[in-house]
Amino acid sequence: MKPPPFEYFAPTTIEEALDLLDEHGWDAKPLAGGQSLIPTLNFRLAQPAVLVDLNNISDLFYVRPGINGSVRIGAMARHSQVERDALIAERVPLVHEAIPLIAHAQIRNRGTFGGSLAHNDPAAELPAVTLALDGRLRVRSLSRERWVPAGEFFLGLFATALEPDELLVEVEVPALPPRSGWAIREMARRPGDFALLGVTAVITLDDENECQAARLVFFSTGGEDPTDARQAAEVLIGEAPTPDVIRATAETAASEDIDPTGDIHASAEYRRHLAKVLACQALEQALERVTTGALY
Amino acid sequence: MTTRYLGKPIKRNEDPQLLTGQAQFVDDVDLPEMLHVAFKRSDYAHARIVSVDVEAAKAMPGVIAVYVAEDLGDYWQPSPLLVPPPPAQHVVFNERTAGQLAKDKVRLVGEPIAMVIARSRYLAEDAAETIFVQYEPLDPVMDLEAALAEDSALVHEGVGSNVAAHVIQEKGSYETARAEADVVVSRRMLYDRGASAPMETRGVVAHYDALSQELVVWDSTQAPIPIRNGLASMLGLSERQVRVIAPFVGGGFGPKIMMFYPEETLIPWAAIRLERPVKWIEDRREHFYATTQERSQLHDSEIALTRDGKILGMKDVFLHDTGAYIPYGLTVPLNTQCTLLGPYVVPHYYSEFRAIFTNKTIVTPYRGAGRQQGVFVMERLLDLAAKEMEMDPLELRRQNFIPPDQFPWNNEIIYQDFSELTYDSGDYEPILDKAMDMIGWEDFRENEQPRLRAEGKHVGIGLVMYVEGTGIGPYEGARVHVESSGKVTVVTGVGTQGQGHYTSFAQVVAEALGVPPEDIAVTTGDTGQFDWGTGTFASRGAVVAGSAIHAAAEMVREKAIQHAAEHLEAREEDIELADGFAQVRGSPDARVSLAELAANANPLRGAVRPGTEPGLEATAYFGPEMGATANGAHAIILEVDPETFDVKVHRYVVVHDCGTLINPLIVAGQVHGGVAQGLGNAFYEQLVYDDASGQLLNASFMDYLLPTSETVPRVEVGHEETPSPLNPLGVKGAGEAGAIPVGPAFAQAIEDALADTDIEILEIPLSPNRLFEIVRRATTET
Ligand SMILES: Cc1cc2nc3c(=O)[nH]c(=O)nc-3n(C[C@H](O)[C@H](O)[C@H](O)COP(=O)(O)OP(=O)(O)OC[C@H]3O[C@@H](n4cnc5c(N)ncnc54)[C@H](O)[C@@H]3O)c2cc1C
Repeated sequence: MKPPPFEYFAPTTIEEALDLLDEHGWDAKPLAGGQSLIPTLNFRLAQPAVLVDLNNISDLFYVRPGINGSVRIGAMARHSQVERDALIAERVPLVHEAIPLIAHAQIRNRGTFGGSLAHNDPAAELPAVTLALDGRLRVRSLSRERWVPAGEFFLGLFATALEPDELLVEVEVPALPPRSGWAIREMARRPGDFALLGVTAVITLDDENECQAARLVFFSTGGEDPTDARQAAEVLIGEAPTPDVIRATAETAASEDIDPTGDIHASAEYRRHLAKVLACQALEQALERVTTGALY
Repeated sequence: MTTRYLGKPIKRNEDPQLLTGQAQFVDDVDLPEMLHVAFKRSDYAHARIVSVDVEAAKAMPGVIAVYVAEDLGDYWQPSPLLVPPPPAQHVVFNERTAGQLAKDKVRLVGEPIAMVIARSRYLAEDAAETIFVQYEPLDPVMDLEAALAEDSALVHEGVGSNVAAHVIQEKGSYETARAEADVVVSRRMLYDRGASAPMETRGVVAHYDALSQELVVWDSTQAPIPIRNGLASMLGLSERQVRVIAPFVGGGFGPKIMMFYPEETLIPWAAIRLERPVKWIEDRREHFYATTQERSQLHDSEIALTRDGKILGMKDVFLHDTGAYIPYGLTVPLNTQCTLLGPYVVPHYYSEFRAIFTNKTIVTPYRGAGRQQGVFVMERLLDLAAKEMEMDPLELRRQNFIPPDQFPWNNEIIYQDFSELTYDSGDYEPILDKAMDMIGWEDFRENEQPRLRAEGKHVGIGLVMYVEGTGIGPYEGARVHVESSGKVTVVTGVGTQGQGHYTSFAQVVAEALGVPPEDIAVTTGDTGQFDWGTGTFASRGAVVAGSAIHAAAEMVREKAIQHAAEHLEAREEDIELADGFAQVRGSPDARVSLAELAANANPLRGAVRPGTEPGLEATAYFGPEMGATANGAHAIILEVDPETFDVKVHRYVVVHDCGTLINPLIVAGQVHGGVAQGLGNAFYEQLVYDDASGQLLNASFMDYLLPTSETVPRVEVGHEETPSPLNPLGVKGAGEAGAIPVGPAFAQAIEDALADTDIEILEIPLSPNRLFEIVRRATTET
């Protein structure tokens, strides 16, 4: 369980890192917290010839206020930093609540927000949360910079819109409109494990207490997650979120939107069952948060 | 009054060293010029080897040597059979053990094919990756029943079938019992495989000094002396030339006993051949293939009872998965066969098993060593019988206990130590009562559970009983020595892997010599220090080595008293030992330190009386006539989430009787660790194989789930002490008790928690996914 040979660079600026990615292209991999990449190397599942370590680029480690109540998170902000950040807790409480579900404290001390999104593990919380909140990702290469909406960034199993010469540098997460509620629910074997299945819900009610906007995003369904459950959202939008409607929404999500597969920890049927159970719980809690106005 | 040290909850002498990172483990051995090893291991579960091409590997940077089976010449040999089959009546045994490197055929994923030696482990792994093995894949033998089919592939063609062993043991006549029975309950039960997963994997460092012609081997083994003897004979060296050191070992649990693993015999061989120190540390992935595992058994079992709940007989026919080879003989299935009887009177018993060769990792004892499976079968059948007879399950147990005046109790079948399975002592009812009391059985049933159920909570309670055979022979030895500083050293041959020997053994000596335990240094596991012994396994350290230490300490005590009586001009009967002094009882001013006595016992000038032995020192040996049988009860309260089927353990109680306690704190620690492993076994850990390819699907801690501090509850331990008549200390072993009966306790409580679904739990391990399936099947069937 030793990594194969690689060349190692430790740039101190974004530009230097982009230079290296430009030069080495497909052969290079950025190294963020290393909590996913290093095990991959040690198992020799990947053999990049070059590692571009981002840990010395001080410009990437931040959480800042953005316009209109949004927050801007530097790609190298550690999970633990985001977890403890007051601005995050205040403006994007769903992120605040999702982070403790990621691994253990020691791993959160190293793992990064950007690394998690760039890695796009189908069982990871943050891609689902970023999608549910309609975040935007700022991506740079030597020659250009672009903003990619979350809906266009996550492209399937461990796949993203990132080109080999591109670096994810920042994520912007908007604030929720008034009268919104949110929740994240997952089932993991042990605290800190990747979920067997998880779901995050965001809903906004109008003045009539009918559902104006709804988002239900699943992770770890065994498919190409995060999975945006649009058919389920359609069931909910325009309706008063009664227990029956919530149940119908969850059922639609479990039977129509997701296409679970089984693995050694969870069969497809069990995942479908969990999807319904957890979607119900998440929607109920999200709704409760709108109606009571409570943040936590 | 002299201070007493036995039975005191003294904190462990070794902990400061361990907790501050000062303890030496095998991987801490770092020698100049040391070389590192990586193995090319089989990619297939079952395949013929057509060719092995190591040329590219030999040419890789930093590579010193690459060896395949043919390079070993005469040194290539199947590992020794560690335990022969028992002298029981109906025994078939097909001995097959593994050579160090696979020759013509591989029989499990991870079987070593080539050994690469390089300047670093990194370079060795890079080189191993370039080795090209051409295989001719064969069908893997994975399933225990399918392995017996006429057309099954054969793990060992020469055997003619996949049967490694077939054993029948009988007591009385089960058929008669069944004919008389009012109630017969029979079920099929499955207990699946797990890994012992010690925190420290295996590791070997060998250093051969060509000038002194001495080989030193650091080995994370539980049994350094047998390894020393075996290595000497295999390498053609004298036992004086080989020193095996088992330094601090980060958990053994059985698989580190004395396996003569390929790596264990290859690393010393390479160190001699290359005349350079060689190191191999097993990585975690290797551990999942290359270190032995345990527990897969498939039982068809039956219990026959009278209407009022008296057990008339049991029948149990099972298949035992021994993996690709059978180096440890039949210890595991024999333990299953014997432990099944538990603390109960079972007048008639028919037990038959077949050990089956499969293309999986080799099976040898792992903490509990077959006992889990037997206890599971018995306790589950009792629960099911109680349900069928609408009887209280604990009452049913109570009615069938062996009465306390019936010991020694002979079960009339052959045990793993080849003597008739005889319980030395025990008193089971007080154990049951205490466990019920500690868990609050009555109150839970009458108040707590109804209240929680009304709140919609699915809580359940379970309580099971077990016996644990411990402290088997043949023997151990020890030397106790008072140095001229007054400090005492104790050496014994057994290895230690975290059991607290440095403290419990010191307490035994402290008691005899009146020296505080912190002034007593215990050395274990270094063949340079002590020559004789077997090792640490079968919960025998305290019983066998402890008794040898006790005997040696008593001899030193006598010597000290003799010398002191002479020195103080007093009568021997009047001398007592306390606080490092020998003193005349009643006149504490008349005293002499053990240090002075020790110095005087080693005169540097002048003449001594003929026949005088120098030193305040003695060596003694102890071999019990048979094993001592400990027993206990486990009780659990847990909650099942009826939607996700997650399980949370709220309380766990163990009442344990391991005879006289040397140190209750250490026994509690052993029990805690055992329960953690037991819970892992019951709900988290399972080695999952793909039957078609024979591949292990979860060979990492990402997917092989160990219980963590967040999933293991605080374990409450109650002690009872029924001394063993078999040794002077009255002790019994305690190493495995925590792990053994967790499965059936867990199963009973799950059934109770989900009583509304009427499920039966007939398998271990469980998982939320599996519970979901079981509940769904039960609810759609009814
Ligand atoms: C035991 C354990 C449990 C875990 N449990 C969870 C869990 O429950 N939920 C969860 O979400 N995660 C979990 N993780 C993963 C953890 O959150 C990782 O930190 C995260 O997935 C990756 O972040 P990282 O900073 O470590 O990235 P790295 O491992 O350094 O990189 C991951 C990948 O992203 C690429 N990359 C990283 N940063 C950038 C960038 N800025 N631009 C472009 N590419 C980039 C890398 O090249 C690499 O391919 C767990 C990890 C461990 C070890």
